[in-house]
Amino acid sequence: MSVAIPRIEGSARRDAVFAALTLALFLAVTFAFPGFATPRSVAGLLDDTAILIMLALGQMLVIMGRGIDLSIAANLALCGMMAALFNRAWPGMGVAPVLALSLIAGGLLGACNGLLVWKLRLPPIVVTLGTMSIYRGAIYLLSRGAWVNENEMSREFLAFPRGEFLGVSVLSWISLAVAAAFVFAMQRSKAARDLYAAGGNPEAANYSGIDPGRMQFLAYTICGAIAGVCGYLWVARFAVAYTDIALGFELSVIAACLIGGVAISGGAGTAAGVVLGCVFIGIIRSSLPLVGISVFWQMFINGAVILVAVLLSARQRQFKRTILEARA
Amino acid sequence: MHPSLLTLTDIRKSFGGVRALESACLELRRGAVTALIGENGAGKSTLVKILSGIYQPDAGEIRFDGTAVRITSPQAARALGIGVVHQECLAFDNLSVAENLFVNSQPTRGGLVKWSELRARATTILRELGADFDADVPAGRLSIAQKHVMQIARALTHESRVLIFDEPTASLSQRECAELFRIVRKLRDAGCALLFISHKFEEIFELADRYAVFRDGVSVSAGQVSDVTSDELISLMVGRPVSQLFPKAEIQPGAELLRVEHLCRAGEFEDVSFALRGGEIVGLYGLVGAGRTELAQVLFGINAASSGSFTLAAGTAGVALVPEDRQGQGAVLPFSVAANIALPNLATLAPRGWCSGARESALARQWIDRLGIKAQGPEQPVHHLSGGNQQKVVIAKWLARNPGVLILDEPTKGIDVGAKAAVHAVTSEFARAGGAVLMISSDLPEIIGMSDRVLVMRRGKVRGHFTRAQATSESLLRAASDA
Repeated sequence: MSVAIPRIEGSARRDAVFAALTLALFLAVTFAFPGFATPRSVAGLLDDTAILIMLALGQMLVIMGRGIDLSIAANLALCGMMAALFNRAWPGMGVAPVLALSLIAGGLLGACNGLLVWKLRLPPIVVTLGTMSIYRGAIYLLSRGAWVNENEMSREFLAFPRGEFLGVSVLSWISLAVAAAFVFAMQRSKAARDLYAAGGNPEAANYSGIDPGRMQFLAYTICGAIAGVCGYLWVARFAVAYTDIALGFELSVIAACLIGGVAISGGAGTAAGVVLGCVFIGIIRSSLPLVGISVFWQMFINGAVILVAVLLSARQRQFKRTILEARA
Repeated sequence: MHPSLLTLTDIRKSFGGVRALESACLELRRGAVTALIGENGAGKSTLVKILSGIYQPDAGEIRFDGTAVRITSPQAARALGIGVVHQECLAFDNLSVAENLFVNSQPTRGGLVKWSELRARATTILRELGADFDADVPAGRLSIAQKHVMQIARALTHESRVLIFDEPTASLSQRECAELFRIVRKLRDAGCALLFISHKFEEIFELADRYAVFRDGVSVSAGQVSDVTSDELISLMVGRPVSQLFPKAEIQPGAELLRVEHLCRAGEFEDVSFALRGGEIVGLYGLVGAGRTELAQVLFGINAASSGSFTLAAGTAGVALVPEDRQGQGAVLPFSVAANIALPNLATLAPRGWCSGARESALARQWIDRLGIKAQGPEQPVHHLSGGNQQKVVIAKWLARNPGVLILDEPTKGIDVGAKAAVHAVTSEFARAGGAVLMISSDLPEIIGMSDRVLVMRRGKVRGHFTRAQATSESLLRAASDA
């Protein structure tokens, strides 16, 4: 097999460097606190990061197509609430219909974003700022502001993501499967190639028979479907559904994409990079208490990591400047 | 005899080895309109940019009112009294006309803008020009012609003594042109020195007192307009023998592949009819803005026609377009050579939606060999390649689809001689294999050297149809430029 396809310049090297950095960080923390590397603690780290990984992969698609999805956390919260209410009303139906409901509802919410961006040509940041508020507002209307508590959820509903296989939670397995599927599909699928092209140069993509707006629509829909399923998983994992679930989480998701090397201007990024970005954030988050740094520093450190990561990516992606230099 | 106000002597300017101006001389006189003429690429725009302080000449002398000056910035040009009316109207659409006139030069007191004075001065200038719009309307609501008037007014806020008009009539209607000419004459009679750049000979003979002809960055002739004819001006502009380095093969044209009938797109071109036959290269000549690119975009399906039709003969394998804007529309620059060539061919390369790097690399290697693309390999990002090799990649990505009709829009613009020859060779080869080619170009030798037939467009219409024998620089240029 030959090298990774779309072959955006520097992305393979960037991923390798970032993987080495993440590993170094992991080893450094482990060296200081041997307990950090036990299988149990690694499984916990993965479980904590699983939802972030899936959401960030969905967001990656959107950003790659020159969009952004600010409504991703509101979508998650709304679908989570729907899943909880559905389960409360029909507790005997098991997990499968809940998964289907959250997948479809999330996909539809994402498709709304996509249609507004594609057909009405509205700026993505404005569209999703609006739908973010609408989706959040819908939770109030749906739940009348009330919580759905653990004692109102069925046992299967709660148990599904927490089940374990080979010492790793089902939630983690799901996110690993999603990550593997993304890594494969982003490299090999025609659809992903079309998305890279549409984000990298929408006009040239159009001249090549690819509709950049349609690619954005697909990206939003997939992103929404992922957010919907994550809504159920989130509610089941924390055993509570309320209006403010995952409030502000969209920013962590976008941050993970940027740290993972997705270009905010679209057209560049890899699934592996995004997963690494999430793991990197996860390691920092779970090691801060061990190192004795107050969690109050976490936001500060996350922000600094974003800036450094973006700075490094920008240095690698200097193709615009190299064009100018080549002419001189 | 008008006294001389601005003289340029032996101006030279190069851009990274490409000489734009070789030894340019120009004299502007008080109370006279001087027309500057030359083909695309003759160095007119470079000269305008030197006069407006955007570029610095590498050598040569500029004398203003008898003293040698250096125009180091647009501010310096303005301080000297040199105003420029650009071809594209630069306006702040959200600001009022009055604010537009005094951008960065608002009358102030203690750091605060004196709005009443600003408005009063703007109104006075507009009235002097006889403008039909108010100083308070937002500039965005003006027509293009009115924006030109606004630009002239802007130049007059600094008491300009030299005014440069860079193809001001390219986008104006007949009536708007007449209005502009009235203002130009008024300024001339007030003693300004005016430089008027235009491709339209009738305008030059109507308006200008003097002329200057540039060719390949050299001023070849200057004098009184009353002493020349348009034929003389055209031969001065073209001036060089058409070189025969084009690998034009004599091919017997085959069956008709594309028929275009009364095709229109509102505001861009109208009533275009022609046919393309297999094995034929048809040149499409015209000046910038004649509607050629817009026609190609409709034939390729980027935009819809507003009326008329075009039909591909049954069994023809489709239309491909190599667009004019190589980096904007042709290639995805961060993609590799292989990914770019594969992009419009993924339906065949990835039939079930899954790509194969091996298949793509094989295809890319094939085209790298065929077109002589100078790249390290299929994996090299396209933005590392030279302009000529980028163009070859864009051509390869379309030829790989085996189209029946190939449209090339300025295929050799800005690429070096070697790459140019390669592009011409592959075009001839495509025609020899039975394809039909429509080649849009502003490069006269290229059009004449490569085409079996030539269509000439001017202001959205086909104004001329020449056989290979009839097509000469003079005849094409005359058809293209209202002469």
